[in-house]
Amino acid sequence: MKQSRFLGLFAALVYAFLHVPLLLLCAFSFNSSKFTVWEGFSLEWYRQMFADTQLAEAAWNSLVIALASTVLSTIIGTLCAYGLWKRGSKWLSGSLYLSLVTPEIVTGISMLAFFQWVFRYWQVQLGMHTVILAHVAFSIAYVLLVVMARLRTAEPALEEAALDLGANEWQAFKLVTLPMLKPGIAAAALLAFTVSFDDYVITAMVAGVDSETLPMVLYAMARRGANPVVSAISTVIFLGFGALILISDRMQKA
Amino acid sequence: MNRLRTIFLAPSAAFTVILFLIPLSIIVAYSFLTRGVYGGVVGPWTLENYQRLFDPLYGIILWRSLVMSTLATILCLVIAFPLALFIARASDRAKGIYLYLVILPFWTSFLVRTYAWMFLLRDTGFINTILTSLHIIREPLPLLYNETAVVVGLVYGYLPFAVLPLFSNLDRLDKNLLESAADLGATPWQTLYKVIIPLCAPGLRAAGVLVFIPCLGAYLTPDLLGGGKSIMIGNLIQNQFTTARDWPFGSAISLALMALVMVLLVSLLRQDGEEAL
Repeated sequence: MKQSRFLGLFAALVYAFLHVPLLLLCAFSFNSSKFTVWEGFSLEWYRQMFADTQLAEAAWNSLVIALASTVLSTIIGTLCAYGLWKRGSKWLSGSLYLSLVTPEIVTGISMLAFFQWVFRYWQVQLGMHTVILAHVAFSIAYVLLVVMARLRTAEPALEEAALDLGANEWQAFKLVTLPMLKPGIAAAALLAFTVSFDDYVITAMVAGVDSETLPMVLYAMARRGANPVVSAISTVIFLGFGALILISDRMQKA
Repeated sequence: MNRLRTIFLAPSAAFTVILFLIPLSIIVAYSFLTRGVYGGVVGPWTLENYQRLFDPLYGIILWRSLVMSTLATILCLVIAFPLALFIARASDRAKGIYLYLVILPFWTSFLVRTYAWMFLLRDTGFINTILTSLHIIREPLPLLYNETAVVVGLVYGYLPFAVLPLFSNLDRLDKNLLESAADLGATPWQTLYKVIIPLCAPGLRAAGVLVFIPCLGAYLTPDLLGGGKSIMIGNLIQNQFTTARDWPFGSAISLALMALVMVLLVSLLRQDGEEAL
């Protein structure tokens, strides 16, 4: 169908609205001036970023949390999707979808209230472990959503054929359905990693003194005012995620 | 099959019960209790926390959240609809690229996307610097820390949620219907108003709900772009659990927010079935 000129122009404006703010932010991270006036190319803010040990520690924490939560939630969520595909469970899928639409702040405070309540009886404190548990809990629903979408296109007759030919249930799952799910699982893992690495609201609620994450440091810096180091971190995160998506895209096509 | 299925569902069921349903039940219980002297929760059971929701002091924050979320949702629909139409009319190869470009900013950190607007809007930010150096203004415009900035941030943050359902609706439209409208003498605008928009009602409803829900529960956007004067429900809840140390009232607000979200979702599912989402 022919595109109208008006629509084309409008779309161009919307794409500009979506991308120009981020591109400008990235561009000015290479500015030698602290202010928003271009004075020349410099890597000063990147030098400061790499010299900041608190930042490095937070980035490391974020990476550990995101990897742990991705592995756990991808396994648990995939098993859940398969189980629900075999036979639905209204309360479980209902609760998981509800967790998906629950405002983050509500999830965060309810988990905080829960941990505080439990820890009154056990001498445990908030820390990396509570953050990882919280992240796994909210990531399972995302994994379920993605893997379930893939399972909907699956053919149940294939597994039945495998069972008829003498495979047991576990073998039917492992040898027939699981290989078919691989692209879906990879996409789910990528999503789980992103939502974990990105989360601020829930994390800030359940984190302890030893578990400050990158978004928490970034948030504190952003609140303190203009800081080109934040632009530099933003650029690195932007490029990092971009690379991650491209790699996973290539892997899925290969 | 049953044994394998039980084993497979056990971990997710455990996580859901222990880290979602029990915590939520604690919040439900807290919302009927009283704030202790040192900030804890004590008896007796009361409905007072829910009555306080109607206190004008808090009512104005709830009202503001509703107004700003509605505004952001309308803007998202108005921006997303033509864009989705544009993408749906593109060639199959271009469609993929155009959609990718919509989702791309979405894959960076939400904090980074919000910070980008702080960078643009603050007094010494990009827009004010440009306008001052062009001598259009002398004093920087107060662009950041107000309700407009929050609405812009919300639209920026959740626009993809509107584009995707609208695109999938528009993409499935029967092209023959549009051609017959044209053959029967409808102008492009008439086709839009009388054929396309009515057929897109499910997409518009889904897009509206998908944007409105996260807007209503927004925390970071009003916190970073709104400053202290434009706080929304999410910030009020956070405040009750931290500075104000009034957990029972914070719990009551959280449940009111959850109730609103549920009503919206259920009415959408009633109308359009599970396919809607």
